[in-house]
Amino acid sequence: MALLRFAVFRFLTMLATLLVVSVLVFVIINLPPGDYLSNQINELRATGQSNGIAKAEFLRQEYSLDQPLWKQYLIWAGFMQGPHGFAGLLQGEFGWSFEFDKPVADLVGGALWMTVLVNLAAVLFIYAVALPLGVLAAAKSKTWIDYTSAFIGYLGLATPNFLLALILFYYGNRYLNLPIGGLMDPQFEGEPMSFEKMKSVLVHLIIPTFVIGTSGAAAMMQRLRANLLDELGKPYVETARAKGMSEPRMLTKYPLRVAFNPFVADIGTLLPSLVSGSVLVSVVLGLQTIGPLLLSALKSQDLFLSAFVLMFVALLTLIGTLVSDLLLALLDPRIRFGGRER
Amino acid sequence: MSIQPDGRFVDQAPYNPEAAAEARSAELDMSNARLLWLRFKQHKLGLISAIFLLLAYLSLPFAGFIAPYGPNERLEDYIYAPPQRMHFIHDGRFIGPHVYPTTAEMDLESFSWKYVPDTDTPMMLEFFCEGADYKLAGFIPANTHFFCAPEGATLFLFGADRLGRDVFSRILYGAQLSLTVGLVGITVSFVIGIILGSIAGYFGGFLDWFINRVIEVLRSLPELPLWLALSAAVPSHWGPVAVFFIISIILGILDWPGLARAVRSKFLSLREEEFVKAAEMMGAKPSRVIKKHLLPNFLSHLIASATLSIPAMILGETALSFLGLGLRAPAVSWGVMLNDAQNLASIEIYPWTAIPMLPIVIVVLAFNFFGDGLRDAMDPNRS
Repeated sequence: MALLRFAVFRFLTMLATLLVVSVLVFVIINLPPGDYLSNQINELRATGQSNGIAKAEFLRQEYSLDQPLWKQYLIWAGFMQGPHGFAGLLQGEFGWSFEFDKPVADLVGGALWMTVLVNLAAVLFIYAVALPLGVLAAAKSKTWIDYTSAFIGYLGLATPNFLLALILFYYGNRYLNLPIGGLMDPQFEGEPMSFEKMKSVLVHLIIPTFVIGTSGAAAMMQRLRANLLDELGKPYVETARAKGMSEPRMLTKYPLRVAFNPFVADIGTLLPSLVSGSVLVSVVLGLQTIGPLLLSALKSQDLFLSAFVLMFVALLTLIGTLVSDLLLALLDPRIRFGGRER
Repeated sequence: MSIQPDGRFVDQAPYNPEAAAEARSAELDMSNARLLWLRFKQHKLGLISAIFLLLAYLSLPFAGFIAPYGPNERLEDYIYAPPQRMHFIHDGRFIGPHVYPTTAEMDLESFSWKYVPDTDTPMMLEFFCEGADYKLAGFIPANTHFFCAPEGATLFLFGADRLGRDVFSRILYGAQLSLTVGLVGITVSFVIGIILGSIAGYFGGFLDWFINRVIEVLRSLPELPLWLALSAAVPSHWGPVAVFFIISIILGILDWPGLARAVRSKFLSLREEEFVKAAEMMGAKPSRVIKKHLLPNFLSHLIASATLSIPAMILGETALSFLGLGLRAPAVSWGVMLNDAQNLASIEIYPWTAIPMLPIVIVVLAFNFFGDGLRDAMDPNRS
């Protein structure tokens, strides 16, 4: 029951945060002077094409860009009636992309799932790599295993993601015959999901996952190692050893459980940087996620498209944080009550 | 040693007050800074990194002097020239540093220029020679370079880029922006973080609640998309200097929440201490209590953790410039240079355009090790 109450409480907090984020996003998007349509209108005026202007003016009114900023926000979010009644984010209307001349929803459809997929794969990769390596590094601390993993970890932290992506792409293609660019073979695009398509996507995911995951895995591994080392010095470990418990069994039964908490909690701080990384890497590697869309939308001031992508990215991280908080509460009964504000 | 009649043992030797002082640990008499230095010195990797960073920052004002070419000096005949080696021995004889002149030939199979060195005519490097104009430390006009290519030959230690500019010289000039962007950013983040963190921690109540929510929101958002959105708002007609400052401020604005949280938690525990109560009873204003009594307690620790967030900013600037939303073309930074190495073709055909990646990796690693060492040295709970 307490857990349920905590979950509801956390969910409400998330909604409130999302509200604040939406204001923030809208303000940031509107920071640059002018917008896509007024730029276009100016351009059309300068070249003397009058029929284009009429369309742009029409769009301006349609999406109430002629209203004051706070009204624009309320209409966009769906709190206020626009020219077409309530038609904002809350009602599932994401607006119109002026650059591509399409509804935002059509434009981003598939990309959203790909973004979730890429990030999910990166999270799984991080856990799969950081857990065994971190435990191993702590258990065999001050040996070559420890030093090698620390060195690789530092290198992973220091290399810019996008360059690692390019280099791995090059060598992966050359020596391992891994595919270059995209998230699936071209013939599968737009096809319904099938076993073949899934295989193609998986093969294409290898390098992006590796690239996005490395720095996160390195950080995670370091922290797990530090936590585990702290625990290993405690008297109960001594006791377990003295009573003749085998080392692997002792490790997994006591200290690992205690050291595991931060491991789960970290996903909350890890996810934002992961999503950041995936945006950058997607641009470089040409993955069909929302990264490249965001970049082009920001550059051309495509208001609704960039606002929606930013909102989605924020939502993704918030949901991730929520899940990690709930997992943590399940794992450690102390958190549920201690985590609340005093 | 003798035994008194009442059974006490007494040392016969005369009392020497010096001996007691010597017995005390030498550490007790040392200043704080010296203790810090002694502890920091034990962290070898941190020490090497610190020296390296010090040298790197000290050489920034002299980038123009060390670089053989100007940052935007174009040698049109040497587009994408590969790296050249500086030789010392010619025909088995030591003749000092020299290069071989190269001539461009069209390769009709791959339709690209090939640069063939003429290994028969070594040309000696010139030292303290005159070359492109630059400003020493940003304001003293000069045109003397430490070394430059002899007449009729070139000196591209790291090759030339797509406009025939020397990559080595550009790396040196790029360091001026790439290395300082983190310092400006961390200053911004430090000021905001300390002010907001101490307000939240010291006063508590609604302010604390409010600042905490802001921190939570900012921390739960992915940095890069926000960086992108904010830097997309920078007007395109601004000069390079203005863009540089605004970019570093953007980097700093999104970095302060972590710092503010650390400050706040320290304040929460410290404000209940007796010395704070005493200061307050003597009528010290909150600003004085914060500045004179609370902050000095953990400022050094904060500096150490700030050092660890400089590399993130350097990488952030690189990423922004790489995507074309950070520093822009006439300005030279490592990220701007890497913009050239954006596709697979250039990595495969002209791998040296990706060389600016090396200084980035090295500097980021150095900052990490330096920060680690500093934190270890300042950690009061160290065993």
